[in-house]
Amino acid sequence: MEALEILLSASFWIATIRIASPLIFATMGELLCERAGVLNLGIEGIMTAGAFAGWYTVYAGGDLWLGVAVAALTGMMFGLIHGFLTVPLGLSQHVTGIGTTLLATSITYFIYRVLLPQETSPPKIDPFAPLPIPFLSEIPLIGQALFAQTPLTYLAFILVGTIAWILNRTPAGTAIRAVGENPAAVESQGISVTLVRMSAVAVGSALMAVGGAFLTMSAFNSFFFEMINGRGWVCIALVVFGSWKPGKALLGAILFAAFDAYQVRLQSVVGNVVPYQVFLMMPYVLSILALIVMSRRAGYPKALMIPYLKGER
Amino acid sequence: MRLEPRTETTLIRAVLMPCLAILVTLILAGILVMLADASPLEAFSLVLKGAAGSQFAILETLTRATPLIFTGLSVAVAFRAKLWNIGAEAQLYIGAVLTVIIGTQTLGLPPVILIALMMIISMIGGSIMLYGPALLKTRFGVDEVVTTLLLNFITLLFVSLLLEGVLKDPMGLGWPQTETVHGEARLPRLVQGKRLHFGFVIALFSSIVVWVIMAKTVLGYEMRAVGHNIVAARFAGISVNRVLLKTAVISGGLAALAGFSEVAGTKGNLTLDLSPGFGYTGIVVAMLALLHPIGVVFSAIFIAGVFVGADAMGRATGVPSFIADVIVAISLMTMVVAIMLTKFRVRFA
Repeated sequence: MEALEILLSASFWIATIRIASPLIFATMGELLCERAGVLNLGIEGIMTAGAFAGWYTVYAGGDLWLGVAVAALTGMMFGLIHGFLTVPLGLSQHVTGIGTTLLATSITYFIYRVLLPQETSPPKIDPFAPLPIPFLSEIPLIGQALFAQTPLTYLAFILVGTIAWILNRTPAGTAIRAVGENPAAVESQGISVTLVRMSAVAVGSALMAVGGAFLTMSAFNSFFFEMINGRGWVCIALVVFGSWKPGKALLGAILFAAFDAYQVRLQSVVGNVVPYQVFLMMPYVLSILALIVMSRRAGYPKALMIPYLKGER
Repeated sequence: MRLEPRTETTLIRAVLMPCLAILVTLILAGILVMLADASPLEAFSLVLKGAAGSQFAILETLTRATPLIFTGLSVAVAFRAKLWNIGAEAQLYIGAVLTVIIGTQTLGLPPVILIALMMIISMIGGSIMLYGPALLKTRFGVDEVVTTLLLNFITLLFVSLLLEGVLKDPMGLGWPQTETVHGEARLPRLVQGKRLHFGFVIALFSSIVVWVIMAKTVLGYEMRAVGHNIVAARFAGISVNRVLLKTAVISGGLAALAGFSEVAGTKGNLTLDLSPGFGYTGIVVAMLALLHPIGVVFSAIFIAGVFVGADAMGRATGVPSFIADVIVAISLMTMVVAIMLTKFRVRFA
């Protein structure tokens, strides 16, 4: 009974939306890259770099929104590295992506140690405060969850609609979808495949970094090592789960977050019977199961992971 | 800007490009060292001294290289067939768990048999760990990159569960660690009183075996064919799925040997920090070696030297030893570009 009561507590739904927010940013970022035909395995490292860059900007005296901007720029920079190597140079997206993650993570840790050599406990900042929307936030059960979050969470939800709109309703979106499906046809229209793909990877990587920054600037208030903890890889699974569609991916992120919030609460109910590691494993296991179920009808972009080299047929 | 395939790859270019890659890596890393208020030349000479400046340093580097040879071979085999195994870390830990379980039993076997048994069982465990994702790939088309990555996290939690549960050392003062394996389950040391152990010899031997498989057997030929052009391989009558599954068995087994050798050779027991990312670093080892099994030995020693040397340098200068991870990551990037430049000419139009 207690296990079901969790679902009726407002705190569970608040936590669900909070856990989902960074995943939404990063999943939308990855989705944008993949719709343009570029798998971005740099996501885990880019989120780490964004988490640090945003947090440090605020720690050094900057404004919170300046922190978000710096995080986005940092992500964009690493995205451009991955984009340059995989798009015009056509290198393996798997190897380069893993390389980008290793590079972004190690540079972040190195700079953290250079800037804060003596810190043993991570210093704290004043993170984004919740911004309750009048009246709406008073709806029972879900009001607090949906309408009393931090500004970044609202931004995450707005982002999903924006990405869906851009992809489906604008010329830029048509170009992005086309380079992910049939780059040769795009090139014959006089549009540069390289330019479209590079832009998508740069913007997508910026979004991943903002997802990372959400953790240090909204969910928590400090940066520590290994705090991304596989969230980036989960987002890659979420893109597949969402069949490369923003709305479905959002649903996936919320489902995943609900499960994560639920397992934490379930631990306190049945924690003395089942070891806590089993609960912590469940989100990853769930991601793999979701991949298996969804893979049968995966409508993946046809040119995903296939480099387009001009003049090659 | 466009790429034109070169008609031939000259030997000079094949040697020059990787050297250039290492030079660029050192320059970029040097800039970061300067950010940390140190002189790059001094720092790099300290890295070199720490990695190879004494008998102790060289033996430490070779000890550190041992698990990297295994994970590097694992990745090299898998990537050759374009099976993207990013889960060497998980396979390593499963190998370590099985080694500890056998090594702490009182079986009364002669040491040679016991060690062979530990090797074989841990290899089977590692193989199964990669067979699963490979099967999901061949049966359902599930991308193995994501599944192997996620399995790393699941496996670490599973090991943590074992270390706080059934495998917990009752004499461990509450630390999450296993008992130490029996003396006869330990790999002999190569130099009296130093850490370098017989695992290094097994690693060298493995690289020769893998080279023979890759270069001289039908399976090796099929793996290369699948990796080179999956459509052509299928057209030539190669059962692509079977080849991928066999590749998974070999690759997973090799990564598990890294766990076996760390437990039976270096540490003696299992803790959650057995591997500081050997599985991930194996990817860089394999790429620097151009996926060549014999090359893996040299690139593993090079990367181990960077890590061992950077630790010593960090203690002496205060430059964070994370510089080693940065050097490894940059060298991966510069090397893939260098390889490409040996095959293509860049034209700016």
